[in-house]
Amino acid sequence: MDVVKILVVGTSVAGTRTAQALRSRGFDGELVLLGEEVHLPYDRPPLSKELLAPDASDEAPLLVPRDALDALELRLELGQRATSLDPRSRVVTTDDGSEHPYDRLVVATGADARRLPGTDGLGGVHTLRTWDDARALQQALPAARSVVVVGASFIGAELASAAAARGTSVTLVEMQPVPLAHVLGPEVGGRLAAIHEESGSTLLTGVGVAALEGDAHVTGVVLTDGRRLPADLVVVGVGAVPRTEWLEGSGVVVADGVRCSEDLRAEGVDDVWAAGDVARRTHPLDGVDGRVEHWTNANEHADVVAASITGGPAPPPAPPYVWSDQYGHRIQIVGRPALGALVHVAGTLGGGDLVAAYADPTGVLVGAVVVDDPRALMRCRKAVTRRAAWTDSGLVPATA
Amino acid sequence: MTDRLRVCAVDELDPGTSMTVAGTSPAIALHRTEGGDFFATADSCSHEEWSLGEEGDLEGDELVCPLHMARFDLRSGKPLCLPATLALATYHVVVEGGEVFVAAT
Repeated sequence: MDVVKILVVGTSVAGTRTAQALRSRGFDGELVLLGEEVHLPYDRPPLSKELLAPDASDEAPLLVPRDALDALELRLELGQRATSLDPRSRVVTTDDGSEHPYDRLVVATGADARRLPGTDGLGGVHTLRTWDDARALQQALPAARSVVVVGASFIGAELASAAAARGTSVTLVEMQPVPLAHVLGPEVGGRLAAIHEESGSTLLTGVGVAALEGDAHVTGVVLTDGRRLPADLVVVGVGAVPRTEWLEGSGVVVADGVRCSEDLRAEGVDDVWAAGDVARRTHPLDGVDGRVEHWTNANEHADVVAASITGGPAPPPAPPYVWSDQYGHRIQIVGRPALGALVHVAGTLGGGDLVAAYADPTGVLVGAVVVDDPRALMRCRKAVTRRAAWTDSGLVPATA
Repeated sequence: MTDRLRVCAVDELDPGTSMTVAGTSPAIALHRTEGGDFFATADSCSHEEWSLGEEGDLEGDELVCPLHMARFDLRSGKPLCLPATLALATYHVVVEGGEVFVAAT
């Protein structure tokens, strides 16, 4: 049958980019972009970076300029949360009871910030995922005197950086002995995390949160080793959970995300695709099965889905890539450091000169971390893509 | 009318590298492919303000922005992948007597 109506559920990067990619690839049928948030599609990376600065804008950073969004000629259905899918009658139902039929469905419902159990309703406890989250933090940060950040991965580190830029010191609480050790190993994780103490924040590692204190508003954080930290603002950055609850019972195969083929068709049902944080597939370059929660991955998925639906050529696969801005420095990570062993490291984050290379047992570069040197990052990206030896990545001068 | 701006001597730009052309506004980037061909485009990525002359990466006849990995066709300036959706302006390049000129209108 002719595809006359494509429904994209999720208005963040993956969903909106999928709509753009479908139009770029010539789909001229009915296109509906439906999502829970009431805001026009906006970009998330700035929320934990420049939008926490003292002079930050109070308007959401639009993902697509208004005129470009209008030019897509799509129907935006904002403020509607998908609650169920019936793939036999090809209908998505939303929380207001309305039904949304489709010929092709794209699931781009993303992930939710993981919360600490038992903290709902306690004032002063935040996560940072949405524009509303960022607005709440913009308002809470200036008055905060004792900030505790739970989790010292990227969101936690960027939050600490933003607080430090305001002259507010924070205490970071990290479960692992070294932040990001599970991704980058303890050596590089340590070189990145050192900047917190250098910048006046406190980093507590190898300890978890046992409880939050306070009646209406948080007053303290009790750690698993019995210590108590005073707190009037707690930000929880302990990962994200894919938004798949609405697919239960639909036949879509869900296992830490929507399980997909390489071209991002959802397993278990026909005419359904998934894109972005919620989509799980075997990565075409490195063979790793899993979700990738990176901004660039959502962009790439969008075009993979659009290619699959429209029958066009798939875009060339790219290695995972993520960046983080902390304390005036930009960290860039390409590939999958955890797939290899650390074979070279030099510099620090504070010095703006960190480089680290990870190689598999045959010496092939599988991942790299670079600070403030995009050209070096791009050399590493090429090497990872081409499965070149790490010694040919240009990270270290060739020896005679 | 079109002005011709001398950018550099041919051997001042290594193959596979880019540079921002001094004194241009809006800024222009000059690129030299590994194959030795010269191209000129808008200096900033069309997705977000970022200098491609300073930090763009050349892959064959494609230009990649190292911030968000947008790719462009060097010849046409057209975007080849998201997040870029707008083409880069392109400028005519003339190589004459070992010198590289860009046509800046």
